[in-house]
Amino acid sequence: MWPYAIRRVLGAVPTLFIIIALTFFMMHIAPGGPFDAQRHLPPEIEHNVRAAYNLDKPVWEQFALYLGNLLHGDLGPSYKNHDFTVTQLIAVGLPVSARLGFSAIILAIVLGISLGTIAALNQNKATDYGVMGLAMIGITIPTFVTAPVLALIFGIYGLHFFGYDFFLPAGGWNGGALANMILPVTVLALPQIAIISRLVRGSMVEVLRSNYVRTARAKGLPNHIVIFRHALRAALLPVVSYLGPAIAGLLTGSLIVETIFGIPGIGRYFVEGAINRDYTLVMGVVICYAAFVILLNLVADILYALLDPRVRFA
Amino acid sequence: MSAPGVTDRNTITIERAFDIEGRSLWTDARRRLVKNKAALTSIIVLSIIALMAIAVPFVWPYGYADIDYGNIACAPDWWPGVDVTCRAGGYHIFGMDQNGRDLFIRVLYGARVSLAVGVVATLVSLLIGVTYGAVAGFVGGRLDELMMRFVDVLYSLPFIFFVIILMVVFNQNFFLLFVAIGAVEWLTMARIVRGQTLSIKQKEFIEAARAAGVGTFANIRHHVIPNVLGPVVVYVTLTIPTVILAESFLSFLGLGVQDPLTSWGVLIADGKDHMETAPWMLIFPALFMAVTLFCFNFIGDGLRDALDPKDR
Amino acid sequence: MSEPILQIRDFNVLFETHDHEVHAVKNLNFDIGEGECVGIVGESGSGKSQLFLGALGLLTSNGRATGSVKYRGKELLGLPQRALNKVRGSKITMIFQDPLTALTPHMTIGAQMMEALRTHQHVPHAEAHKRCLEILDLVRMPEAQNRMGQYPHELSGGMRQRIMIAMATVCGPDLLIADEPTTALDVTVQAQILEIMRDLKKELKTAIVLISHDMGVIAGMADKVQVMRLGEVVESGSTDKVFYAPEHDYTKALLDAMPRIDRPMRAGHAILQPLSTIGAEQRLLDVEDLKVYFPIKTGGFLVSRTKPLRAVDGVSFSLRQGETLGIVGESGCGKSTLARAVMKLIDKTDGAVVWCGRDLGDLQGPQVRALRKEFQIVFQDPLASLDPRMTIGQSIAEPLVSLHPEMSRAEVQDEVRAMMKRVGLEPGWINRYPHEFSGGQNQRVGIARAMILKPKLIVCDEAVSALDVSIQSQIVDLILNLQAEFGMSMIFISHDLSVVRQVAHRVMVLYLGRIVELADRNSIYEDPRHPYTRALIAAVPVPDPKAERGKNHTSGLGELPSPLDSRAQLSFLKSRMIDNPDAEQYRPKLMEIAPGHYVAEHDPA
Repeated sequence: MWPYAIRRVLGAVPTLFIIIALTFFMMHIAPGGPFDAQRHLPPEIEHNVRAAYNLDKPVWEQFALYLGNLLHGDLGPSYKNHDFTVTQLIAVGLPVSARLGFSAIILAIVLGISLGTIAALNQNKATDYGVMGLAMIGITIPTFVTAPVLALIFGIYGLHFFGYDFFLPAGGWNGGALANMILPVTVLALPQIAIISRLVRGSMVEVLRSNYVRTARAKGLPNHIVIFRHALRAALLPVVSYLGPAIAGLLTGSLIVETIFGIPGIGRYFVEGAINRDYTLVMGVVICYAAFVILLNLVADILYALLDPRVRFA
Repeated sequence: MSAPGVTDRNTITIERAFDIEGRSLWTDARRRLVKNKAALTSIIVLSIIALMAIAVPFVWPYGYADIDYGNIACAPDWWPGVDVTCRAGGYHIFGMDQNGRDLFIRVLYGARVSLAVGVVATLVSLLIGVTYGAVAGFVGGRLDELMMRFVDVLYSLPFIFFVIILMVVFNQNFFLLFVAIGAVEWLTMARIVRGQTLSIKQKEFIEAARAAGVGTFANIRHHVIPNVLGPVVVYVTLTIPTVILAESFLSFLGLGVQDPLTSWGVLIADGKDHMETAPWMLIFPALFMAVTLFCFNFIGDGLRDALDPKDR
Repeated sequence: MSEPILQIRDFNVLFETHDHEVHAVKNLNFDIGEGECVGIVGESGSGKSQLFLGALGLLTSNGRATGSVKYRGKELLGLPQRALNKVRGSKITMIFQDPLTALTPHMTIGAQMMEALRTHQHVPHAEAHKRCLEILDLVRMPEAQNRMGQYPHELSGGMRQRIMIAMATVCGPDLLIADEPTTALDVTVQAQILEIMRDLKKELKTAIVLISHDMGVIAGMADKVQVMRLGEVVESGSTDKVFYAPEHDYTKALLDAMPRIDRPMRAGHAILQPLSTIGAEQRLLDVEDLKVYFPIKTGGFLVSRTKPLRAVDGVSFSLRQGETLGIVGESGCGKSTLARAVMKLIDKTDGAVVWCGRDLGDLQGPQVRALRKEFQIVFQDPLASLDPRMTIGQSIAEPLVSLHPEMSRAEVQDEVRAMMKRVGLEPGWINRYPHEFSGGQNQRVGIARAMILKPKLIVCDEAVSALDVSIQSQIVDLILNLQAEFGMSMIFISHDLSVVRQVAHRVMVLYLGRIVELADRNSIYEDPRHPYTRALIAAVPVPDPKAERGKNHTSGLGELPSPLDSRAQLSFLKSRMIDNPDAEQYRPKLMEIAPGHYVAEHDPA
């Protein structure tokens, strides 16, 4: 297994390189530069500013310089937030987004698998239709609708029952307090819960019809052992394959969630950076995300091999 | 009686009259699809929405950009609740938006845009994806490896980022919106088509066709593509909602279609800002979008069941 | 007469499908006594499997069973799961046809075996482990200790089926139901498995229900036989009575249709035309030292190594006009690869194929296509070899349309209809689709497609192996009749020696890519010389109970070695073997021991 892992990591390096190159050139090819929106500077000063940021050199040279710095761990200064380097900004924002993301994926996996299994075990009965119906809703309602709606319900109107008033903060991070995390994590996880539960249901239904589950039943094994020891593990394989796209989905979703709930994560930096042409910031965020996705795809592949011994020996 | 080995023309003509029409797999699938009530209802509902989006704007008294300053953010006449600041009269069945424009017609224009983006972008991804996937799958070997490696690399890019960058960079060109979203979706389409092509390629009837003297291109055209079509069609109906969602996401970020043109994404983004004072601004576009997405999903699921019945 | 352990009365099994309700088992009544071996014979659709799946509550969700099934007086049907689970797996056990998919892929063999034991008998871990090893010895599993920690996909088919049998007997059941246990296995492996089952029956006194479509298998094992057709029992009685004095027409038809290795010419059926001497000197096909190697990646550390898989490793033979060559061998022997390489459907690695004096190796693209007019192939799986989106008329017409573009549509249609009639299909069916027909009818379509160009050589690649016995017999008749009429040469590939003997003039036995024996059809059965040929013939079950009981089926042949191991070829010539799996080994030469009878070198027995 280790040779496989090492090979995959080595293979990931060119991928990362291509991503960096693509982003870099796309940003630079675009018309407009980081200093356009600001007040007009006298030409000489503008010239000096550009020189200071190496913007007067040809694009290729800028790229080479960037790469060089990158290998030293220097992501460059932020063009807009002049007091900070990109590395500093990311160091602040990344842990926030990471906490949000991990909580969401764990919630999605746990709930998704449970709901999917319950639906599969009650195939074509009311529970099945109910769960799948909810899943359908989760997939079709966009995050930027659920976010404000839930914020409205729990944050502004609140729940009132039995004489208790239940509120959740409608925004802000508050250093990651639990109350502040509940809404954003839920909103972020919802579409993934829906997708995973549908995936698990479909896969579980198929596994329950397989020959080896029939053998397990013929052996007289109690139902819960047939399901949890024999069926579930095989049914989870598609979920592991889906982890990669799931992470990608969470990244996209985090952009919205961080913006709406006012969470200081790197997703927000990205959107602002793209709009403001803050090259280095955008690059920094993209590199971060890409590395993350690649790493997680690797973890997913290894997990798959652990679950399915047939792949392990290939 | 004719000599052995020579067929009698008269006999053949008479026999032709008794030919039985076969039941092709598509006929079978269509029959099964129609029996699926959810899918059937979805097809009807979707057709109604599409028809409304196309036809109604021609006869509706209000245009999507017409501003009525007296009726800004007013509720429709029938809206329940007492503390509503104003009620729009006339045909404003959905009420007005924050700029005094009729919401109903804007929802329908939004339908036009969203559906158009959905269909066109999906077609773009279909064209690129099917060609790419079929070639990679059928030719196989090193070319396949190379092509799929390329797809794998692109796949691990958080692509929506590139779409955002593209949109920012090229200043929200409407046409580019289609292309950008299509360019993101083709990857999955290519993977699916390639997978299907690979599994079809191994089927015996492809080898049988080769043994019968059918050339490579003819083989692909007559055997591979018709058999790949099934899952592709299913995937297409499931891609359209994804594209519509992606477009709405871009609009939410302000990177989609520009005012006064609108899409459901824009309407919902605006609507959520006025959620408390004018909830109809959020509800109607969201409802239409949700219903449309549901319909596509039900049709997609129905098609999948119809084409491969053991998947239920 | 002791109490029957299983009593089945008024038993029905019904299935709800998309289109209509299927009545799989109709009003069945029978008993199974202690220690009895009951054989259930039937073709597809007879309900033989559904009968027992229904009795044990293993039907799919759209099936239901009604009636009464009593195990030692206790009613099983309708029992709650928990009570049923006490009987299933411990008192009544079942093994299934396909051992690969019947074992859980992500659990080790040991875990799966011990779980059966510990669920029913609450035995502590250490003792359970010991009992499992004992049972593995009983089923003659080589290296039992290592197997416990392995996964199902690491074992061969024969080994997996032994595991299934072990799992089914570890709790000492009263009744073992074996549903087509050997159908998916090679014939030599089948013989071993059947012998294990026979021994188990003797030692543990378990009653066995053996379900099979192969009457030879039943003849050797069963005390009583039930013949089933379309959900009903049409005949039942002791084995001797059913085989030697059948009463029902269906039983008689089945016995008649079954190919018997000892009786190649069947009364009332088409027989093989003797080779005419005129034009018989003309050699149509000459294959010289054909080799087909596939590079296989075996895992290295960072870079994988490739070893050649010697699928065809130096095969030479010739074929005359109108002659049928039978190619026989077990899975992995290379027979299909050989045929495809001769037909240029896959590329050869070395050697020469000469057709009517032309060396085929020199031909390029369009010339290869033109060659298709002369060779054609009929595939094993009739449904898989037809494009489901094309009508059968279009499928049959395809060779004409591709290779004779000058023909008009009307002419093509006429040819197609004529050929359809010739193979026994109604010409009016020309616009119907493959999924609307049965396996036998689809195979006729395949044959029509192969014949439409009136080729000189037809390769039948396991063309009848996937068909029911009665249909198989009809298709064999059809092939023999077509050959008598059109005079084409044939290469008939099969793992079933009985069928090959009916159909071929000469028979070639392949083992791991090389010929071990080549002789005319009578010599190969009456005077087999090579130990592998002998083992193959001894292993074939014949539908003759007295003969079966007397025979010793197994002959010490072990598991088939891995074709990547270069020592594999010298399994019968161990005296010349170098004990290194990667070394270049000596190749046993083919020697002519009698005119036309070739045998590969081997160590004397």
